[in-house]
Amino acid sequence: MEGKDTFRLGGKEFTSRFILGSGKYSLKLIEAAVKDAGAEIITLAVRRANTRESENILDYIPKNVTLLPNTSGARDATEAVRIARLARELGCGDFVKIEIMRDTKYLLPDNAETIKATSILADEGFTVLPYMFPDLNAARDLVKAGAAAVMPLGAPIGSNKGLAAKEFIQILIDEIDLPIIVDAGIGRPSQACEAMEMGAAAVMANTALATAGDVTRMASAFKKAIEAGREAYLAGLGRVLQRGGDSSDPLTGFLRD
Amino acid sequence: MVKINGEMKDCAGETLAAFLGDNRYSCARVAVEINGDIVPKAKYNETVFQDGDSVEIVAFVGGG
Repeated sequence: MEGKDTFRLGGKEFTSRFILGSGKYSLKLIEAAVKDAGAEIITLAVRRANTRESENILDYIPKNVTLLPNTSGARDATEAVRIARLARELGCGDFVKIEIMRDTKYLLPDNAETIKATSILADEGFTVLPYMFPDLNAARDLVKAGAAAVMPLGAPIGSNKGLAAKEFIQILIDEIDLPIIVDAGIGRPSQACEAMEMGAAAVMANTALATAGDVTRMASAFKKAIEAGREAYLAGLGRVLQRGGDSSDPLTGFLRD
Repeated sequence: MVKINGEMKDCAGETLAAFLGDNRYSCARVAVEINGDIVPKAKYNETVFQDGDSVEIVAFVGGG
């Protein structure tokens, strides 16, 4: 498809580069958030089912949106694999975002366990998107393990602190031959835009919207920022001078002798 | 007794399908694991809880 800027995951082609989270805000806002975000992928979690819950989140997600269940709550590879298999049994495809944390204060992903889970689930035919701490060696192991993309954190999850790990994410973008999706920590549209300018394939955001004054309006703001950043990346950013200035105006024809 | 989502219930001998129906779970929206093994939906009718089973009934919720 000439001229169309898309990226591929698990044999599917996506135009939107905004992966939307669905946590910590009202189910009733999800449909509008998806629409305003222009999102084609939405993340979900798997939890014990509540019998009294008459509403199910799936009733609020437009049918054309790809579901990306996460393995949140998993503390090691074994638990993540178990959650992923249950998620697939729920019958909404084989995409999974691996999320393994053993630290409860900073909620940092455990790269070693994530690599193990990626290998097992990729072998079982899942489209595996591992959430990870941006480390080049671990990212290379994820590629070997069969990941479909690599999802480095920008900052601690839910912190809205932005691209604290910028230098290391850039290394992944430069060296890893898979889509790099910046996940976690992105708090503002400008930060999402910057990640896209750097060459990220996509950005995932949840808390930035859920804690905003207006969830759906913020979804719209992120959409524009991500599109702007992508367009800037494709355009190629202008150079930065180390010293001094450089006029944009002609240096001849001044009105003087 | 059968442990279901962490709670002890007196439902040994019941089928999984009957339990889900009686407790107003939507079969289409849940996945079930008994003693660590996933039960395929096609087997809900014939799966009978045994005394001492540990059952997890899960569904999708909002998340990042």
